Amino acid sequence: MIELISAARCTGCNICVAACPTNVFAPSLSGPPVIARQADCQTCFMCELYCPEDALYVAPTAGAPLGLASEADAPLPLGTYRAAIGWTPATAANRSVDAMHAVLSAK
Amino acid sequence: MGFSSSARSGLHLTCDVLVLGGGPSGTWAAFEAARTGARVVLADKGFCGTSGATAPSGTSIWYVEPDPKLRAAAIVSREALGGFLADRAWSARVLETTHAALHELGARGYPFPVDGAGNPIRVSLQGPEYMRLMRKLAKGAGVRILDHSPALELLVDEAGAVAGARGIRRQQGDGWQVDAGAVVIATGGCAFLSRALGCTALTGDGHLMAAEAGADFSGMEFSNAYAIAADFASVTKTLFFKWATFTDEAGEVIPGAASNGGRSVIARHLQKGRVFARLDRADAAMQANMRAAQPNFFLPFDRMGIDPFRDRFPITLHLEGTVRGTGGLRIVDETCATRVPGLYAAGDAATRELICGGFTGGGSHNAAWAVSSGRWAGRAAAEFGRRAPNGRVRWGAGTAGLRDAGARPFDPAEAARTVVGEVHPFDRNYFRTEEGLTRSLDRLDSQWARLSASAPADGTNVLRAREAAAMTAVARWMYRSALARTESRGMHRRIDHAAADLAQRHLLTAAGLTEVSVSHRPAPPLAADAVEQRSGEGIAA
Ligand SMILES: Cc1cc2nc3c(=O)[nH]c(=O)nc-3n(C[C@H](O)[C@H](O)[C@H](O)COP(=O)(O)OP(=O)(O)OC[C@H]3O[C@@H](n4cnc5c(N)ncnc54)[C@H](O)[C@@H]3O)c2cc1C
Ligand code: SF4
Ligand code: SF4
Repeated sequence: MIELISAARCTGCNICVAACPTNVFAPSLSGPPVIARQADCQTCFMCELYCPEDALYVAPTAGAPLGLASEADAPLPLGTYRAAIGWTPATAANRSVDAMHAVLSAK
Repeated sequence: MGFSSSARSGLHLTCDVLVLGGGPSGTWAAFEAARTGARVVLADKGFCGTSGATAPSGTSIWYVEPDPKLRAAAIVSREALGGFLADRAWSARVLETTHAALHELGARGYPFPVDGAGNPIRVSLQGPEYMRLMRKLAKGAGVRILDHSPALELLVDEAGAVAGARGIRRQQGDGWQVDAGAVVIATGGCAFLSRALGCTALTGDGHLMAAEAGADFSGMEFSNAYAIAADFASVTKTLFFKWATFTDEAGEVIPGAASNGGRSVIARHLQKGRVFARLDRADAAMQANMRAAQPNFFLPFDRMGIDPFRDRFPITLHLEGTVRGTGGLRIVDETCATRVPGLYAAGDAATRELICGGFTGGGSHNAAWAVSSGRWAGRAAAEFGRRAPNGRVRWGAGTAGLRDAGARPFDPAEAARTVVGEVHPFDRNYFRTEEGLTRSLDRLDSQWARLSASAPADGTNVLRAREAAAMTAVARWMYRSALARTESRGMHRRIDHAAADLAQRHLLTAAGLTEVSVSHRPAPPLAADAVEQRSGEGIAA
């Protein structure tokens, strides 16, 4: 479930407000959006992928947030998923990494 | 583009084709329709590109090279699993159309991995990448996309043809109306608010809207897909559990438990206590392949500090309902038309029995169906929509939650809880019996009667009210069909009729809202080389 928005990283671009499929965020006039409807979060991690600043952290637990107070409490650095799928400039080569064929053809 | 807007209802547009839903099937439909020159609007409940079952996930897709032998083998290999209800001609069409579509995706920038010889491998699509590209292609073709704009009801004309839809813009707090020549329902399946990845928006809204306009359904008994996930997580990937050892609380291996052919054993154990898994049968090479195949599978584990290859973790089964079931809106011809003029269906909202009978197995078929049915429906809707008469009188076909039929509105949350309570439990939906189904139907029928005799929901509640009404309606088509099929076939499993019955190798049509009726139609003729075996065959756990 969506857990935190890092005020230090967020530029207030509101991309996550548009991109979240369940309309969890609400824009604020200045500063980071707010997590307005946390209970509607479907733990899909899409907001992390669309945030250009790696300012969001989605806790792995689907039923409830973990209750992290700040970015420093997150078990992994922010932005790991975006990097893994190749959506950061430095990791773009990952976009064409997909070994599903090897998994599918395994006996 | 000839769009007009009026401030009164928020946004008022006119177009040839309106597509409801912006997952793979909706975006393919919109893209295809727009390419023929039609004016197209696509409305999604969430954000087209991130919403629905495909966007957050990894998707294997039924892609087979055009070698007649390979194609035939691919089609035949799945017939028994599906209970011999699939249609070979439709399967061949889907393989052909999907093949062409994947080549086009590659040409338009999808970064397929390549093999040693540099040839693209096209059996899998990464959801975020795929759906970002589909949004771009649709927009590039001129499709007007309305995000965060769930449809609430269809509009019909005097002759009963579908002529648009109406909904709300939840970020603007107002409404929209689109007067269209034709409508494509691409709103996905119904997963009844389970935690399965990407399924929150999939509450059967399109099913309800289509039924209110007169459409009917096929295969709704094949609607009880359950997928394996870590019990704290949303990410389901049953395929990876092929490498799992399943154990009970005490660490003893559970005999017969398996991701395929032994999922019912897991369900039985979960009724009594916890079940644990460890993917300890994957060697180092396979572990690396899994990580490279689906990074999101590992997110929950990595973030919980669990190594799924070494540590035991508790698992659960998330209901995926009709999303990975095969039932949905009945298609009446090769254009993916429903029986209502001007109304087409694509993707998970439509029946997928045509290509996989009563079971989708590990996937692939649904993704291929979404692409193919989307393209066909989009093209046909464009042709129909462009010829539709102008200046028609239109009115809303919606019922429960929208019409003034009682003194008070119903409580959407409570109505949703009631449906969930009837469809999630294994002893109702996984292991079906006449007694259980009948008891559920009593509650669901009376809930429908209550919802359709209520006052309209107010602005902030109307979406949730329509979702609850839709889930109630879908559950009734499911369970009436399940009650009518007094045998076990495909994923439909009756405890009181455990074997397949040769005489019931037919398709079930479900129709109606006030009263639900179920009738049967002949299945496609059995090919000479398909030998049905009476028991065991076509029953997949
Ligand atoms: C975890 C998971 C893994 C899967 N893996 C595979 C796989 O490997 N291979 C495979 O073949 N299949 C797989 N499937 C199934 C596959 O995801 C679906 O078949 C596919 O997404 C269907 O596409 P669709 O466009 O019909 O529906 P979806 O992708 O579900 O999209 C439906 C869209 O409709 C929108 N919508 C809903 N209601 C409304 C409304 N009232 N108004 C407007 N819009 C609305 C939603 O917001 C959503 O964007 C998987 C499913 C799940 C849940
Ligand atoms: S997308 Fe990221 S940077 Fe932009 S508003 Fe959201 S959290 Fe802030
Ligand atoms: S995880 Fe998904 S549903 Fe939750 S806030 Fe992020 S994008 Fe929205």
